[in-house]
Amino acid sequence: MEKLIVFLPLIASIIAGFYGKIIGNKTSQIITSLFVSISAILSVYVFYNVIFNGYTDNIVIAKWITSGLLDVNWSIKIDQLSSVMLVVVTLVSAIVHIYSIGYMSHDPHQPRFMSYLSLFTFAMLVLVTSDNFLQLFFGWEGVGLCSYFLIGFWFKKPTANEAAIKAFIVNRVGDFGFALGIFLIFYTFGTVNYEDVFNQVPKFQENKLIFFGIELNVISLICFLLFIGAMGKSAQIFLHTWLPDAMEGPTPVSALIHAATMVTAGVFLVVRCSPIYEYSPIVLNFITVIGMSTAFFAATIALVQNDIKKIIAYSTCSQLGYMFFATGVGAYNVAMFHLFTHAFFKALLFLGAGSVIHSFHDEQDINKMGGIYKHLPFTYALMVIGTLALTGFPFLSGFYSKDLIIEFAFLKGNSFGYYACSIGIFTAVLTSIYSWRLLFKTFHGEYNNKSQPISNMHDSPIVMLAPLVILAIGSILAGFIFKDLFMGYGSFTNFWEGSIFFLEPLTTDHPPGYILYLTPVLVTISIPFSYYIFLKNKSFINGLVSFNRPIYLLLKNKWYFDELYEILFVKSSKFLGKYFWKKIDGMVIDRFGPDGLSKLFKYFSIKAAKFQSGYIYQYAFVMLIGFSVILTIIIVK
Amino acid sequence: MSFPLLSSLIILPTIGAIFILFGRSSSGYNASKYISIFVSLANFVLSIYLWYAFDKNIVGFQFVEEKVWLTGFINYKVGIDGISILFIILTTFITTLCIYSVNSTVKYRLKDFLVAILFMETMMIGVFCSLDLVIFYLFFEAGLIPMFLIIGIWGGDRRVYSAFKFFLYTLLGSVLMLVAIITIYWMTGTTDVVELYQLGIDLKYQNLLWLAFFSSFAVKTPMWPVHTWLPDAHVEAPTVGSVLLAAILLKMAGYGFIRFSVGLFPAASEFFVPLVFGLSLVAIIYTSLIALMQEDMKKLIAYSSVAHMGFVTMGIFTMTVEGIEGSIFQMISHGIISAALFLCVGVVYERMHTREISKYGGIVSVMPRYALVFMIFALGSLGLPGTTGFVGEFLILLGTFKVNFVVATIASLGVILGAAYMLWLYRRVVFGEITNSEVNKLIDLNRPEIIILSSLALTSIFFGFYPDPLLSTTSVSVENLIDQFNANLKIYTVNNL
Repeated sequence: MEKLIVFLPLIASIIAGFYGKIIGNKTSQIITSLFVSISAILSVYVFYNVIFNGYTDNIVIAKWITSGLLDVNWSIKIDQLSSVMLVVVTLVSAIVHIYSIGYMSHDPHQPRFMSYLSLFTFAMLVLVTSDNFLQLFFGWEGVGLCSYFLIGFWFKKPTANEAAIKAFIVNRVGDFGFALGIFLIFYTFGTVNYEDVFNQVPKFQENKLIFFGIELNVISLICFLLFIGAMGKSAQIFLHTWLPDAMEGPTPVSALIHAATMVTAGVFLVVRCSPIYEYSPIVLNFITVIGMSTAFFAATIALVQNDIKKIIAYSTCSQLGYMFFATGVGAYNVAMFHLFTHAFFKALLFLGAGSVIHSFHDEQDINKMGGIYKHLPFTYALMVIGTLALTGFPFLSGFYSKDLIIEFAFLKGNSFGYYACSIGIFTAVLTSIYSWRLLFKTFHGEYNNKSQPISNMHDSPIVMLAPLVILAIGSILAGFIFKDLFMGYGSFTNFWEGSIFFLEPLTTDHPPGYILYLTPVLVTISIPFSYYIFLKNKSFINGLVSFNRPIYLLLKNKWYFDELYEILFVKSSKFLGKYFWKKIDGMVIDRFGPDGLSKLFKYFSIKAAKFQSGYIYQYAFVMLIGFSVILTIIIVK
Repeated sequence: MSFPLLSSLIILPTIGAIFILFGRSSSGYNASKYISIFVSLANFVLSIYLWYAFDKNIVGFQFVEEKVWLTGFINYKVGIDGISILFIILTTFITTLCIYSVNSTVKYRLKDFLVAILFMETMMIGVFCSLDLVIFYLFFEAGLIPMFLIIGIWGGDRRVYSAFKFFLYTLLGSVLMLVAIITIYWMTGTTDVVELYQLGIDLKYQNLLWLAFFSSFAVKTPMWPVHTWLPDAHVEAPTVGSVLLAAILLKMAGYGFIRFSVGLFPAASEFFVPLVFGLSLVAIIYTSLIALMQEDMKKLIAYSSVAHMGFVTMGIFTMTVEGIEGSIFQMISHGIISAALFLCVGVVYERMHTREISKYGGIVSVMPRYALVFMIFALGSLGLPGTTGFVGEFLILLGTFKVNFVVATIASLGVILGAAYMLWLYRRVVFGEITNSEVNKLIDLNRPEIIILSSLALTSIFFGFYPDPLLSTTSVSVENLIDQFNANLKIYTVNNL
């Protein structure tokens, strides 16, 4: 059955990809959606089995690479962690598949799109069910590839192509660290299988090695390198630049890949490797700092963006930051909890935004929207639910998971923890403000679109909205229902045992009341506040902007990361490439190498040819000189 | 005396070539093409049988044949082990596809063209199974002649310059190797590789001899800084010439490193590791950066070949099982993928008569099938898991990391650059709006092209997911090579004390 879960999407992808033209748009949409849905239902069943029957398994499918000590299999590992991911991935994927039937209905390449979506699902499943680092890496690159295909799906659009390449290459930078991490794991433990690695970690916790002349702890270095991979895939600060650009892809793709599943792979990696990370407090602190910085930094950018999808993309970036600092403070299960709830409400927001974009005929600027809540009541309601859940409004799913993260950061008890906690609260407020800004500007106020009359605005077809209802239910209830399970309360005390490792059991204390209530109160207050500043009294915002012009520009230009990287990496590589090619290859190697040599030969052969003049007296003269030289030598000797 | 399988493999293409050469010219192009396809296919089947009959658990050489040629001096001796067999299959496989792909693009003297290819196949197989230095040298050098002719006769506008550059470089390197072989003969009284493995070579001369061999192999690999002949040769060579050059000819050097440099001169190999690592790193980073800036598709792929071969040389000199197995795998993989990439360039070149990247764009709209196969090979080239490109590179880097962290780290950067130049190439050629009206007239792949390219694509994907058949073939021989290497090294150090 596990094999079915993993391979059904692949089969669907192959059918739609190769026979899409023959079987037609409709059939390929139905086949892919159906196969992925079956896979989702089976995943839920497996998840149920794991929860209540303690089912775990490790199925070996085939040998992959065997060389020297390296011995890697293709496998499907089912445990608590992977079963959670299975549900998240297949469920969101099935919903997105169905939604795409409506969303892409005017596209000429529908089978190809469905094929990519299914292929992505397959790669993601391979990633989460791996029992070794190499298969994980396979899935890791596989999802990156599908993301590349899907971002660049509209291949005629230059921006989409650039964004696709950027996504792949920035991810490759992360993968560079990840690959080095795998090399180091293999070097240290002689294997890349999770079980064998994790069992050996305690033995190696004091080992050191010299890396670029610096003595480092092996375990910490491994953790650090793996985390670089995670940073790339999960768009953490410094390696985040690809995610906003990735919004060039069709919106269902953003919902599936760039919100719910692929970008959370980094969090999954860190949680999966908790048996290693637990032995490296330094790197955990580092993760806390990166996660917290990303959460804050992305939220600040989201405040001033005008592209509806980019705002949500930065929001995703920011929420991933939350997940990371949860892992950083050692609350891996909380990170998984937030990953789980986030998948629902962020997918909901994206697909809702897609519905809005769909009715505006591909308009994405929120300044050109507004006042349409009466025309798109269904979408509006769904978006409100999504926004409430995201901002952590009491008793919706985001409330549980986000507040727990802040609590555990506080309970960590060191300076990193307190710092993360306070940034976490502050960012929650920012999240609330930018989310409501989006909602108010899109649905309330005046209608600002000049290119089409407001009477054209209407809700999307049922095939797009029905799947959203499932997500909306998840956004409302997932937190409440699954809290005990993820947190190990009540009868689920040891739920994570065997898949997440805690060096010291997670604290069961509760932080003081003011921490508990601060966030929900602030978040709730910010709703009327946003309403006031974005709709009622716009001069306040204008005043703020003109007063803090430099800060506004900094945020508007996304902290100038793109410009910086352009100079630092893109331009300099191109310059070096050109220099090496023209100057060194051309002017040095060729000039003094083959060309120089042949010139040299030519020169001497011309000289030698001149020697053969044909005049007897010249020959006689040379002979005479020759004789005299030889004679002189003999005599002198 | 069993059936001389290896000699048959070697001689069969030449027999075919003779048939074509002396066939009546009036019998037309088709007859000669059929003969050559038949011969190369037969050879391919024979090589597969060879693989089947090959016992991968035996240490040492199999199918050994020995004939006295010049008494007391040169013996014709051939044999294979786990290291060489895969190269033989690669040769027969690629040659068959090449001959099949030859079509109207070769405008004149098709007969001679086929003869050259078949003759070259003989020489290549000879290289991979000779167990005598002199025989090896003969095959090694003679293999250049058909290539020289292919570039010089059927090449592009600057073919003469390129052909000479090619010949000049490769010949200069080889002369030194010849001197080294003669020296070895005078020192030990034999040129039999198996005997030499046992005798060992005097420590005093190892470094010099190693350098002499190195100069020949480095040019052929090609390593930085003697790589500049390769882009020129590729650009001017006809498609088939490029394919053979990239897929097989370059592999002779990598094979030579494993068989001779490491096998015969262990102490020197150990001594020169820093040199090889340094040059390999330069090759990987430097040529990747150059590839980024190329405007000519073939040149780009040629430079990427240099980078990929940089991985190979690095992997070999890690002297680890993973590194050397990875290098062999990478060579096979590169043989398949670069061959396919050059064929892909050939496909559009035949239709558009230009290789300039900027002339293309938006091909996917008119040639979807082409876009798909090209994508597979681009991904293989950038080392995506699930293709052979990944397995090779990964094993090499794994092996390198065991030996030297810094080198492995820097080399891994090349993987990022590899993605950059390949995807950028693909984006400029295949995606985007159609800007050149000529592109609109392109027709998608025809049947022979589909057969050729998809068989390469499937091979690359199959062995990417399931590399075991290849890896298990090489493992015993590679392990033995490394054991021998370490044992020899120990002897030398003991003697030195």
